[in-house]
Amino acid sequence: MIGLGERVGASPPRVDGAAKVTGAARYVDDLQPPGCLVGRTVRSRVAHGVLRALERDPGFDWSDVTFVTAADVPGRNVVTLIEDDQPVLVPVGGTIRHHDEAVALVAAPTKEKAEAARAAVRLVVDPLPAIFTLDDALRAEVKLHGQDNVFKRFEVTRGDDVERALAACDVVVEGVYETGAQEQMYIEPQGMLAAWEGDTCHVTGSLQCPYYVHKALKVTLGLPAERVVITQAVTGGGFGGKEEYPSMIGAHAALLARAAGRPVKVVYERDEDVAATTKRHPSRVRHRLGLAKDGRMLAADVDVLFDGGAYATLTQVVLSRGVLHAAGPYRIPTVRIVGRALATNHPPHGAFRGFGAPQTTFAYERQTAKAARALGMDPVALRRLNLYRDGDVTATGQTLRGSVAAHPTLDRVVAQLEQPPPAGRRTLPQAPHVKRGRGVATYFHGSGFTGSGEERLKGQATVAVAADGVLEVRAGSTDMGQGATTTFAQIAATALDVHVSQVRVAQPSTDKVPDSGPTVASRTCMIVGGLVDQAARAVRSKLEAFAAEVGLAADDPARGDLPALARRWAAARGELAETHTYRPPAGIRWDDQTYRGDAYPVFGWAACAVDVAVDTDTWEVVVERCVHAVDVGKAINPTIVQGQIDGGTVQALGWALWESVQYREGKVLNDRMTNCIIPTAIEAPELETLLVEEPYAHGPFGAKGVGEIPMDGPGAAVASAVEDALGVAMDELPLLPEVVHRRVRAGRAGGAA
Amino acid sequence: MSGATPTRTPAPAWLRPATLADALAARAAHPDWLVVAGGTDVMVGSTRRPEPPGVLDLFGLAELSAITEGPDGLCVGAGATYAALLRHPTVRDRFPCLHEAAREVGALQIQARGTLGGNVQTSSPVGDTLPPLLALDAEVEVASAARGPRRVPYAAWITSYRKTALATDELLVAVHLPWPAPGTRQRWRKVGTRKAQAISKVMLAATARLEGDGPGRPGTIAHARVALGAVADRPVRLPTVEALLVGASPDPALAERVREAVRAAITPITDVRSTADYRREVAANLVARFVLDLAAPALPGADPGAGGAP
Ligand SMILES: Cc1cc2nc3c(=O)[nH]c(=O)nc-3n(C[C@H](O)[C@H](O)[C@H](O)COP(=O)(O)OP(=O)(O)OC[C@H]3O[C@@H](n4cnc5c(N)ncnc54)[C@H](O)[C@@H]3O)c2cc1C
Repeated sequence: MIGLGERVGASPPRVDGAAKVTGAARYVDDLQPPGCLVGRTVRSRVAHGVLRALERDPGFDWSDVTFVTAADVPGRNVVTLIEDDQPVLVPVGGTIRHHDEAVALVAAPTKEKAEAARAAVRLVVDPLPAIFTLDDALRAEVKLHGQDNVFKRFEVTRGDDVERALAACDVVVEGVYETGAQEQMYIEPQGMLAAWEGDTCHVTGSLQCPYYVHKALKVTLGLPAERVVITQAVTGGGFGGKEEYPSMIGAHAALLARAAGRPVKVVYERDEDVAATTKRHPSRVRHRLGLAKDGRMLAADVDVLFDGGAYATLTQVVLSRGVLHAAGPYRIPTVRIVGRALATNHPPHGAFRGFGAPQTTFAYERQTAKAARALGMDPVALRRLNLYRDGDVTATGQTLRGSVAAHPTLDRVVAQLEQPPPAGRRTLPQAPHVKRGRGVATYFHGSGFTGSGEERLKGQATVAVAADGVLEVRAGSTDMGQGATTTFAQIAATALDVHVSQVRVAQPSTDKVPDSGPTVASRTCMIVGGLVDQAARAVRSKLEAFAAEVGLAADDPARGDLPALARRWAAARGELAETHTYRPPAGIRWDDQTYRGDAYPVFGWAACAVDVAVDTDTWEVVVERCVHAVDVGKAINPTIVQGQIDGGTVQALGWALWESVQYREGKVLNDRMTNCIIPTAIEAPELETLLVEEPYAHGPFGAKGVGEIPMDGPGAAVASAVEDALGVAMDELPLLPEVVHRRVRAGRAGGAA
Repeated sequence: MSGATPTRTPAPAWLRPATLADALAARAAHPDWLVVAGGTDVMVGSTRRPEPPGVLDLFGLAELSAITEGPDGLCVGAGATYAALLRHPTVRDRFPCLHEAAREVGALQIQARGTLGGNVQTSSPVGDTLPPLLALDAEVEVASAARGPRRVPYAAWITSYRKTALATDELLVAVHLPWPAPGTRQRWRKVGTRKAQAISKVMLAATARLEGDGPGRPGTIAHARVALGAVADRPVRLPTVEALLVGASPDPALAERVREAVRAAITPITDVRSTADYRREVAANLVARFVLDLAAPALPGADPGAGGAP
């Protein structure tokens, strides 16, 4: 029987923890099949141009080098995702669309030889004019996509004509907000290993979504589904960065292995990973918010621009989430949101924790802060007046039905601020040149796929009695450090009433686990965890029925011993697999054409308050206090959930204050950990993380998503706090000291400070 | 491709001399070998550079690692690690600006391996101990098997961007720090891209001694050194600023004049870590803050501005 300390709601140790701390866990770079070659990627050195030729140095010893170009792609030369516009390798005669784009591949017995071979390939390129700014993309003098460089446009409207509604407001606050690219900076760089067994291709690697890679490789390799097998190796962090790009590396490794007749491993160096793989979309949001004198929000007009980079990739989905969150968790009768994702010659931007919502949250929460100042209102009081309550209607016309915790999360933060700050926190001294301020933010984040996404996905999960008699969870969802394995084990163990150690979570492999949908969108626990719960209950009732069938008396203690029953079942009847498929709860409706309806099955809610001190000698910002209340529905494993929130909070503070990806002519200048700065433990304040549990009726044990929401709001809270401290508008992120200094100087010159 | 043998570069020769004499002999015999102390500079990016024919490994060599007190000052062996500097009470008490600089280099692992000599010889414009060496009037001692030892004022040691006056048969032996006159105040301030494991954007090392000060009386500045890092192709002293300070009384008016003088004295650059504008302004602010703090009765620690970094 499951112990109290293991049940859902308790925090047993992570099931993957011991292997990771002892070094037994095997990451892709630890896998070394006999004869495995080292694969390397030959990359473009321009941001835009026509590839005329690939020249191999005739003086170089190519005898033990495998060389692969687009001509060697047996299937279609695309990374299949949404638009199929990105080639696996740019063909000769084709167009290079960003710096560090893959044009050819080499594999050799050693890293040194592979590096040398890569350097011995010369690209002949006719450069083309390139686009690196949103304004140049809008001007469309250079056309990268269609006639207007717009990858995708979404529009959401509610209520009246927005201009008329704004004209009728007592106060209209207007601002333009910019955010920069952000690198995921997972500890383990990306890497994939490919090996062919006959005409079946096996690819193992660091990835979030085995079935995305599977879908892409079938197309690239021209193979039927059963001849491509994708397996997740232990993965050292993803944050969205390993959502789509592993398809590219997997294809490269597979092509090399096919040509070499040997296994090939492609593991990126850090600089290559930072330079070539996807990052958070840079954004510019123009926001107009109209209010009545008493503080009621009446109208919002939001114009969202994302820099999509060189290919469509996942950008439209990211934009969609950004747009759907752009009006904030506020009751606003008239709303117009227009979002456009633009093509540029930057490496494609893609998935990153928060997935478009952090950018639009930054804009609306800065607007809320400015509105409070314009009205002379307390920023908390202004929020309390407008925050959603159960039964309110969102910008897309969704009526919120239950599990609305906008007010409870804000109340928790306000109460916590009355408490003394934690001991041992880092502060600046009290001095005239040290200025202090506070910022608040309230926000929400849709759990699961947007709109009808979950219905289309039809995610599946299986709980089985495996052939060896062990109770096994089989899901395509991956653990990349966020704790999915432990969460699944706990849900299954609770449903089966067995010890967590008596449940095995299968390593995700497309020949062994069903397609649960991608490990993204704050959906793993809520959607797939729910399927695990149902499937486990089904297995339990089958085994209990089996106990009766084999004649165990009702009071026989063996009837309650599910693991033993599972072993008997396996011996007598072989495998037992219960697979459940996601079905949206009744009453969820979404229209992709009009972008109206129930945008998400449910939302998570959060509030954050940040106290900063700014040293006006150096313009460095120290976060002296960070109180963050997040509604998670139900914390399956509170330690893991708090870890998600703590980590997400620090990542958000990093985006707000330190993390800046610098492009020059489309090339990443700071491609190392030494110059692509992320915060360390010293920068992280003593986090005051508060869990709020407003259960979701259709989530397992009430759980909803938690992975992304902590990323959304702290950025705005930090900027508002710095603005509060200095009296100068802080409308961009990151607020590097250089940026704060520039803005203060401009503010002084403009007489605003 | 089967049957191909992996290509391997032969491992370089590796020598770990037990005495300074052996080390100098090896250096003379192999001027093209790579000299390695802690290796924390030379290992970075080493996989992308051609391998040297040999390595002369000095880490832990006793004659280079000692920190000894003499009548004229402190002698810090070139091989002394940051950890050793941090442990040494005399460094902490008499040379707080060097102590503080060592405390902010990298993080614990780098402090355990990295050496003062390595910092001096890498001679990066962002080497953290280098402004303190300027502010403390340090001398470097080098030696060769053929010519024996020689001493050079640190201010003359750097010849150009990342180049020093070290000859190809010489090794750096020690850094000599003259005892500061009693009452000398010291300041270290590092402004990095973050609080740890950070390369500096601006650093200030400064010393000053007041005369005639007492309760309610700031007195006048009798001696001053102001050195900055990361604002030029090498760490620099600011003689124009020092000249302004000496003989003056530290007050807000002086701080303003100093701010202007610092701005005029440096022409920093914009690079991946910061901007010219920011570096100039912050350098000016840090020096002005030092002057303002001189007016206060006593300097609390070396770095009141940096807050509670561990
Ligand atoms: C993660 C990380 C963080 C870092 N952070 C900082 C920082 O915050 N601040 C900072 O200033 N530096 C920093 N560094 C750089 C480095 O740690 C320091 O410069 C350190 O002092 C170098 O010392 P070392 O003994 O490791 O030098 P090595 O790498 O062993 O040598 C450096 C150079 O000095 C030469 N050399 C060493 N000893 C002698 C000798 N006795 N005679 C002649 N030549 C010699 C070597 O030939 C080489 O050219 C960092 C490095 C890393 C990897």
